[in-house]
Amino acid sequence: MTGAEPVGSATLAERATAGVLADLSRVNQGAGRGVVVDSPPGAGKSALVVRAAGELAEAGERVMVVAQTNEQVNDLVDRLATDRSDLRIGRLSASDYVPAERVARHQTVTVSEKAADLADHAVVLGTAHKWAMTGVDAARPWAIIDEAYQMRADLMLRVARLFTAGLFVGDPGQLDPFSTVATERWTGLSWDPTQSAVSVLLRNNPDIPVHMLPVSWRLPASAAPVVSEAFYPFTGFRAGTTAGERTMEWNTRAFGMNALDCVLETAAADGWALCELPALHTLRTDAEVADTCAALAARLLQRGAVARSELGEAAVTASRIAIGAAHRDQAQAVRAALAARGVAGITVDTANRLQGREFDLVVVWHPLSGRRDATAFHLESGRLCVLTSRHRHACVVVARAGIPELLDAHPSAEPMFLNVPAKFPDGWEANQSLLVHLSRHRVRAA
Amino acid sequence: MSALTAYARTLAAERQIAQPVASVRHVHVSDRPLVFVPLQLAGEANAPLAAIVGSDRGTPTVLTVAEPRDRNQRFAFIADLADVILPYIEGYPLGTREAKNGNLVPVAGDAPQLIVPGPAAVAFTRLLGRSARFRRTDGPYAVPATVPLVGRWLSFYSERPEVPGSSLTLVVTDALASHWATGQSPEEDLNLASILGWIAPPPGMTGAEAALLAEDPVRCPPAGPATDPTFDNEVLEGLIKAVRAARLTGGGSGRIRHALTEELRTQLEPTWERMWQAVDLLRALRPGDHVASRWERDCSAFARYADWARATGLPQPKHDGAVQASRRLWDLEEDQRRFAAERAYDDPLVMAEHRMSGEAFAGTVAAAEPTRVDASGRRRVLRPRITVETGDRVVVEPGTVLTSPARTAQEARVISVEAGERTLVTLELQKGMGQSLTPPPGSVPELGERVCYATFNLGYQRRPEFPPREETPWTHGGPPAPYVPPDENAQEAWS
Repeated sequence: MTGAEPVGSATLAERATAGVLADLSRVNQGAGRGVVVDSPPGAGKSALVVRAAGELAEAGERVMVVAQTNEQVNDLVDRLATDRSDLRIGRLSASDYVPAERVARHQTVTVSEKAADLADHAVVLGTAHKWAMTGVDAARPWAIIDEAYQMRADLMLRVARLFTAGLFVGDPGQLDPFSTVATERWTGLSWDPTQSAVSVLLRNNPDIPVHMLPVSWRLPASAAPVVSEAFYPFTGFRAGTTAGERTMEWNTRAFGMNALDCVLETAAADGWALCELPALHTLRTDAEVADTCAALAARLLQRGAVARSELGEAAVTASRIAIGAAHRDQAQAVRAALAARGVAGITVDTANRLQGREFDLVVVWHPLSGRRDATAFHLESGRLCVLTSRHRHACVVVARAGIPELLDAHPSAEPMFLNVPAKFPDGWEANQSLLVHLSRHRVRAA
Repeated sequence: MSALTAYARTLAAERQIAQPVASVRHVHVSDRPLVFVPLQLAGEANAPLAAIVGSDRGTPTVLTVAEPRDRNQRFAFIADLADVILPYIEGYPLGTREAKNGNLVPVAGDAPQLIVPGPAAVAFTRLLGRSARFRRTDGPYAVPATVPLVGRWLSFYSERPEVPGSSLTLVVTDALASHWATGQSPEEDLNLASILGWIAPPPGMTGAEAALLAEDPVRCPPAGPATDPTFDNEVLEGLIKAVRAARLTGGGSGRIRHALTEELRTQLEPTWERMWQAVDLLRALRPGDHVASRWERDCSAFARYADWARATGLPQPKHDGAVQASRRLWDLEEDQRRFAAERAYDDPLVMAEHRMSGEAFAGTVAAAEPTRVDASGRRRVLRPRITVETGDRVVVEPGTVLTSPARTAQEARVISVEAGERTLVTLELQKGMGQSLTPPPGSVPELGERVCYATFNLGYQRRPEFPPREETPWTHGGPPAPYVPPDENAQEAWS
């Protein structure tokens, strides 16, 4: 051991936040136009948004907050109103918006579809699409953009008329925004509209400071180093909790220990499990994988589990379990398999829709399972990152054998373009890194 | 690849002949298209070697370059090409129409259609157009006025294939592959001779056999722009050297040039015939219902560009600016959405793919309340309900609004879904039934009628407002300088 005292996670996180807030006040004094904050999964991104909005409002600034979905806006409104009951908060909404209960219960929140009605409110929150439709008379000096890595640059172009300086917060490791048309027309341009808002912002404004939140409060000690190494190879982060602080225990003993139980035991003990089915090339909606995903979740509920963490002790109920897949039809197949087993209440969705959500246990349908080829879509590191970083306790990956061989047969062969900055992590590399780790927690299903 | 396409490909491999994946034609084929097959010199970026071009099957024009590395000859070739292309385009006159706001809008009753063999030809045409459209007609290295002009048109036409649903430029291998599934890989479908072999093999041959023969470059010279390497080595190299030697010694090169042209003609003419064969195959299909309206949009795109080019006299910018790029992306995505919906509405085979993925379902009307009136609101409104019995996998949630290809103006809101052996979906209908409380005959599906409902519709979406380019925000680099094409635009980053 060296003599230096190791820095506690809380201290480390607080220092990072203080650094961001200091930069914000520098921008307020006229130095630069924005700050970018990269946040790994569960690193307190929303807390930072709420805190920054509060502090800016306290300093007398009028702030607009931009999030990507109505759910995200509702969450932020709720947190901000709870934290800062002294602030008048506006919720800019579409005309058919029905205020969620967690929004409506706050006295300090005004909901309106007209920005003019909210002009005297210190902080106004809305979705990027709503802000994009709003006239410039609603402009405010400050904007905080949440999930900025998931916002497409063309949407940012329409929103950016409304603010002078911005705080851009997001997770660079998650899925990039996508377009339904494939074109190379803008590749390499600094304002390529298919890129994320942050990539375009940074390419046009290279002086903007980029901060990184260093501690994940969601991922357990078993997952943080793995996810960090595979998907955040240069910046890295650590878990906010220690190995002993998060445990999962069973209410019942497995009788006879079949493969499913072995998978679950491994997941509970190690935080990871790879449930490997025999190698086979299949259609996208591989019925056996769908059924295994459903069976694992059903078995877990059947046996009953208790999750212990720094927040206390709670049963792992259906609402605390998610099953994630790459394609919508795969999610459909899993839902059908769950329904056939009479299991309800489990979240089953694609990576895109699981972004930003948190569960105790996540079952992942590996994007490359059963495939003959590894396309850019299936190799995208963000997809795998989202799927393997939603859990507080354990992650079970279900896959057909043969993925390492598939990866070896399909090295990245994407064309190179002039003026395109290299992107890290490389999807191929990230997949390999995660597979190497998973192979240590492998259980072969018969 | 969807499960249905995968099935069609397997079937094609088994039956040794291409299988249809569309029951109607989804592209427009002009009565008088301009077929253009370019060839380029191997190893030299964008050096045109030869082309066969024309709008009449019997009288194609063959253009060749004796020394493709010579820039002067390259632009002389483009000038020759302009002499074919520009009169063809001028054959489609522009008119004007008064818009609702009183402005005069350029219109065209019909538009020129360019037909090229494959995506590689489009990429070549794009670079050829770009190399020509910025050239000056005065000062050093001046070119004839037709060169930048045809360069602009080639640029315009080479950009059209990226617009979903546009037929201004018809890429033959893509058009064939979107109507037929072959028993070979999508990469192999890029070979014009082999995909045609699968679809229409010569008598006495299976599609697979014809496709195999098509791989022989002597029998079927490549459709370009890349030429057959053996031809390059054994024929082309010697002739180009001979032309050069003749020029250096000051001797006449006419005889050798003629020989070169004749050799290149052997490489081009088989493709010329195949291009027209493909045109015939596509023409033989019945056009889908929305093909005509999409072609109208193509015609106005042609008219708008022709009008802009005439008014400004400027070449298209090398790149889109920030605002232009975002706006174009919105347009492309909207075109994509509409084209996908129109294709499915026009074609039960395409709709079948959506039915398999759960985005649509088809069945029969098992119960109907055509005169149901909803009196819960302020006034009584007609809200008929029907129950559709279907064997399709239904994944729509209650509350979703669906549309039927048979009644596109009508909205059907899902009330309930009862899953089972046969799924029962109850729908509430509104719109498209007139004003009274009794629906006109045919406006509500009748008991026993076969119906199809989809989650996507043909609705027109208005483009949202984008900031003007002078107000490009700081996040996107701020307002750009006004557009004056600089001379360096004629340079390529890689040349």
